[in-house]
Amino acid sequence: MSDTHGLSQSTASVIDVWIKKFPEGKARSAVLAGLKAAQDENGGHLTNEIMENIAAYIGLPAIEVFEVASFYDMCEFKPIGRYKLSVCTNVSCMLCGSHAIVDHLEKRLGVKMGETTQDGMFTLRDVECLAACINAPMLQVNDRELYEKLTPESVDVLLDRLIAEAKSGE
Amino acid sequence: MLNEVCYRVMPKDISSWDDETLSKEKTWTLEAYRAVGGYQVWEKIIREKTPPMDIIAQLKQSVLRGRGGAGFPTGLKWSFMPPQLPGKGEKYVLCNSDESEPGTCKDRFILSNNPHQLLEGMLIACYAMGAKVGYNLMRGEFWLPFNRCEEALREATEAGYVGANILGSDVSIALHNAATLGAYICGEETALMNALEGKRPNPRFKPPFPANFGLWGQPTTINNTETIASVPVILQRGADWFAGAGTEKSGGTKIFCVSGHVNKPGNYEIALGTPFSELLEMAGGMRNGAKLKAVIPGGSSMPVIPGDVMMKTNLDYEGVMQSGSMLGSGGMIIMDESTCMVAVARRLSRFYMHESCGQCTPCREGSGWVYRLMCAIEEGRAEMSDIDRLRRVAKQIEGRTICVFGEAIAWPVEGFLKHFRHEFEACIKQGPRTVKR
Ligand SMILES: Cc1cc2nc3c(=O)[nH]c(=O)nc-3n(C[C@H](O)[C@H](O)[C@H](O)COP(=O)(O)O)c2cc1C
Ligand code: FES
Repeated sequence: MSDTHGLSQSTASVIDVWIKKFPEGKARSAVLAGLKAAQDENGGHLTNEIMENIAAYIGLPAIEVFEVASFYDMCEFKPIGRYKLSVCTNVSCMLCGSHAIVDHLEKRLGVKMGETTQDGMFTLRDVECLAACINAPMLQVNDRELYEKLTPESVDVLLDRLIAEAKSGE
Repeated sequence: MLNEVCYRVMPKDISSWDDETLSKEKTWTLEAYRAVGGYQVWEKIIREKTPPMDIIAQLKQSVLRGRGGAGFPTGLKWSFMPPQLPGKGEKYVLCNSDESEPGTCKDRFILSNNPHQLLEGMLIACYAMGAKVGYNLMRGEFWLPFNRCEEALREATEAGYVGANILGSDVSIALHNAATLGAYICGEETALMNALEGKRPNPRFKPPFPANFGLWGQPTTINNTETIASVPVILQRGADWFAGAGTEKSGGTKIFCVSGHVNKPGNYEIALGTPFSELLEMAGGMRNGAKLKAVIPGGSSMPVIPGDVMMKTNLDYEGVMQSGSMLGSGGMIIMDESTCMVAVARRLSRFYMHESCGQCTPCREGSGWVYRLMCAIEEGRAEMSDIDRLRRVAKQIEGRTICVFGEAIAWPVEGFLKHFRHEFEACIKQGPRTVKR
């Protein structure tokens, strides 16, 4: 096994796969995929140590990895909830009632946008247009599945499902 | 002419376009794409060794214009790529699948539901411009679209359409899907190149232009997803067929993403030049029979157009320009009479403040000024003179930035003030109030 510079074997192999997509000597192009893999593996956020390890593995000064990571909306630098709910509040969603969705989520979860519930289950994020405007209002869970044409009722169904899923997974 | 180009794998009837029918028909598979004639153009090019210049000539004849916002003629853009010189290294084709302009959601559907057509378009683009490598860069939030594109690439590679010695010929082209981690500015073409290089995605100065100095400093051509996905059908059914579908200067069909206060929001691929009133009808008309107040016609960076003007506008590049805006990406945000235009303008200015890359001072600082003035006006904390201050601040960003993000901040402000100044004044006259957000 080669030296992974503190990265897990799986993150290191994700980076290896990505490096092959780019020409010789352009390994730094794999930094985005590395950050994503490492963040997912670490429960949804990055630490300085992880970013330093990625830098060492790819062969970059650590500052260049921080510089990239800090630019992007999907990178998190503090622990977040098991489920990150990214609610679009841009214009098309706003016209179709994203306010009501935000209000409902804040009331039901007892936290404001940007915060994490005490039990560490949910983090609420107020995000920009996610390119699903024709199915507004919408939200995305953990930067993966979309839930569209939301109503307060369908939000409740979703939350109940996620809570049940988390319970059964424990 | 509904859904014949980018959405040809989909049911023609828009009302049956729900997730269930699409999943049942698995429109994103190689099998579904082949069933509508997919990859026939690519097979023919490889078989007949079509001269690249012929492909570019056909695209010029088709009058296809870039669907990413600026409307630049695609055939002309492709002809800018320099010939391959020995020892000069690679040339690249990039597909811009960043799609982050508020109101725009067409590329997501191409990537998710018709990825093979995009791949075929990229292969043709690489062949026509002599590039051996192409990258399709998606925004990081595109999880399903990314997975579908990866699956499509696997299928296409297995079928011999992509990779070394394509279909037994001496043509070799490698394609790759890639993803950012989410930032609007990555959609700007030179920022996208920096993103792909693993650098902070700040836009670069132009010149040098990408055709000479692009990805890793090599000759590069970048097109929008919809532009590239249009190419296979144009070559299959003929440049004249495509050109004939649109107007003289705006060839073909274009996808319009109709969102907001309509009964049937959706993506409608229609002939350019179609009257807006017809599109509104396809989209089921206004919700609750309300009156149309205003439309943002080309994604959030384009100036708003009042409803009565819009109802007389034809949807082509020239028509929308005559009405004082631009066709842009085709993201149509429809607003009824209940909409507070100050609230819309304020929300958009928050977007631009958040997405400014921070490289140019007028944009970084100006976007915050615009947002704070908008908030003050909406909350009735402003003075009448602040309206002119708002306009001045916006004007001072325009033309003073490395990329046209500066214009994207300024134009909407100008548009809202031109047509709806009275609403800004009314907010101020009303005096301080709490605005629910
Ligand atoms: C701030 C900014 C954001 C942009 N975002 C996108 C985008 O998300 N998708 C896109 O195709 N073009 C976007 N563009 C336009 C691209 O720079 C470029 O013009 C386009 O991809 C060229 O492709 P086309 O000729 O096929 O339209 C953006 C431009 C700017 C200034
Ligand atoms: S405005 Fe919410 S997805 Fe586009």
